[in-house]
Amino acid sequence: MSDLTRRTAAELVDALAAGETTSVEVTQASLDRIAEVDGAVHAFLHVDAEGALAAARAADERRASGTSASALDGVPIAVKDVLATEGLPTTCGSRILEGWVPPYDATVVARLRAAGLPILGKTNMDEFAMGSSTEHSAYGPTHNPWDLDRIPGGSGGGSAAAVAAFEAPLAIGTDTGGSIRQPGAVTGTVGVKPTYGGVSRYGLVALANSLDQAGPVTRTVLDAALLHEIIGGHDPLDSTSIDQPLPALVEAARQGATGDVKGLRVGVVKELTGEGYQAGVQQRFDEAVQLLVEAGAEVVEVSCPTFVHALATYYLILPAEASSNLAKFDAMRYGLRVLPEGVEAPSAEEVMRATRDRGFGDEVKRRIILGTYALSSGYYDAYYGQAQKVRTLISRDFAAAFEQADVLVSPTAPTTAFKLGEKLDDPLAMYLNDLATIPANLAGVPGISVPSGLADEDGLPAGVQVLAPALADDRVYRVGAALETLLTDRWGGSLLAKAPALEGASA
Amino acid sequence: MPDISRDEVSHLADLARIDLSDAELDHLAPQLAVILESIASISAVAADDVPPTSHALPLTNVFREDVARPGLTAEQALAGAPAVEEQRFMVPRILGEEA
Repeated sequence: MSDLTRRTAAELVDALAAGETTSVEVTQASLDRIAEVDGAVHAFLHVDAEGALAAARAADERRASGTSASALDGVPIAVKDVLATEGLPTTCGSRILEGWVPPYDATVVARLRAAGLPILGKTNMDEFAMGSSTEHSAYGPTHNPWDLDRIPGGSGGGSAAAVAAFEAPLAIGTDTGGSIRQPGAVTGTVGVKPTYGGVSRYGLVALANSLDQAGPVTRTVLDAALLHEIIGGHDPLDSTSIDQPLPALVEAARQGATGDVKGLRVGVVKELTGEGYQAGVQQRFDEAVQLLVEAGAEVVEVSCPTFVHALATYYLILPAEASSNLAKFDAMRYGLRVLPEGVEAPSAEEVMRATRDRGFGDEVKRRIILGTYALSSGYYDAYYGQAQKVRTLISRDFAAAFEQADVLVSPTAPTTAFKLGEKLDDPLAMYLNDLATIPANLAGVPGISVPSGLADEDGLPAGVQVLAPALADDRVYRVGAALETLLTDRWGGSLLAKAPALEGASA
Repeated sequence: MPDISRDEVSHLADLARIDLSDAELDHLAPQLAVILESIASISAVAADDVPPTSHALPLTNVFREDVARPGLTAEQALAGAPAVEEQRFMVPRILGEEA
């Protein structure tokens, strides 16, 4: 039974179709695994055993009657706690939403339910997705399954750790500056940020509207493609949703998995390698590029000179949008309400101030204040206006690079997982984790992170990132799958097979 | 270049409707100064003739047919409210005592 949790979603689909197992068995195996290890990993903020098993029974009934809701009907999934789930708590990792149960489903969640995927629960995250380590969660950090003293990345560390610890075969993440891809890199899993507008944002609690994008968190590239085809596509409830069919992603992943990349032009982004990247991370990346060359790809170095300003651009645009978005947490219609101490008959404004002080953590306060500053009259042109111009230059750099190459590659994150607590009170050091992932969000292009191996100096996983032009999500699947095949052939199995076994949590 | 004082942080927190304690101000103000210093470099990057980008991909306004669609019921909309009275959100007083 326990080996069910080790299988990929695609393998589970086959096993279900062959009648080897049932969705109830698969879902129960995940729930058992969660009960066994999540005390130590803390990937979940809420587990919905009853709801998941009910959905699993429905999937089994469909299968028995010869029908199917989707290609992943009956395969369980974990959902990041930033997506609204009707009837299930949605906290965004914040005290201000503690216990809030949304009255509606996000479109992504509605599509998962319609496709028959049992929802195991909601995964931990940095508060309102602000962070790169999950340490900013109001409910305590998630631990990296490779080393429980280390961060699982962020903000979607819960989703990545759930998949890496075999608690769920699939998960949903959201990526505003790297929150799907960076956790993927440091946990040895796969994460995809789709083209902006490729997956509906309806019901996704907004951090920065112009950057946020939900996507798959999985153990294999094929699983990510299967999941992407279910959650992606046009949604009239999101005015920024792309009104075009998705490219054939599963087909691209299967084609890439042959390992054939003859004629593919791969651009190595000069500004996203070298200085600032841990030696072992760089080494695994260089080897991955070499494997592509050996498999027939043509590698060119491309320069994107404005990328060096991407981090600064992001930390103006994001706080500006976030400070405006989070204004809705005002203690009036939903969420926490705190009455100020020692004030008789406090005003709405006083209640608002007290609630936002108590309900928001340090990082959220930092970014709200930064955003308020950037949008203040007198500073607007110098900061926010300027950042929007640099955003144009970054998009132009991408456009020029994609004239020379079909895809761009870089290490996903500059380092392997660091120790919990190491960067918690040094916001700037924390921000540097997203150096390589942020440009894609600013330009709206798709990206994938696949495991590149273990760094020599610490034996921890690193990732390689593949970026493609907007709407060409199929390319990231094709090249991601090719890298996966070439690398796993070399390793003789998946990277996660090398992860230490987690002791059952006795507590 | 940008120098953000403790008083200025206090004023911004005020605008953002967050009651920051003295201890929080002591903690956050220097951190914000460091962050601002590191992002200030941006002010000289783009020439005047570069157009701003507000959104990753070009957007056109989207219209839909003006037809009624199901929405939340009053009960659903009020389900998460901190306080409810007579099927309405109950909020603290909005006007000052003197009003």
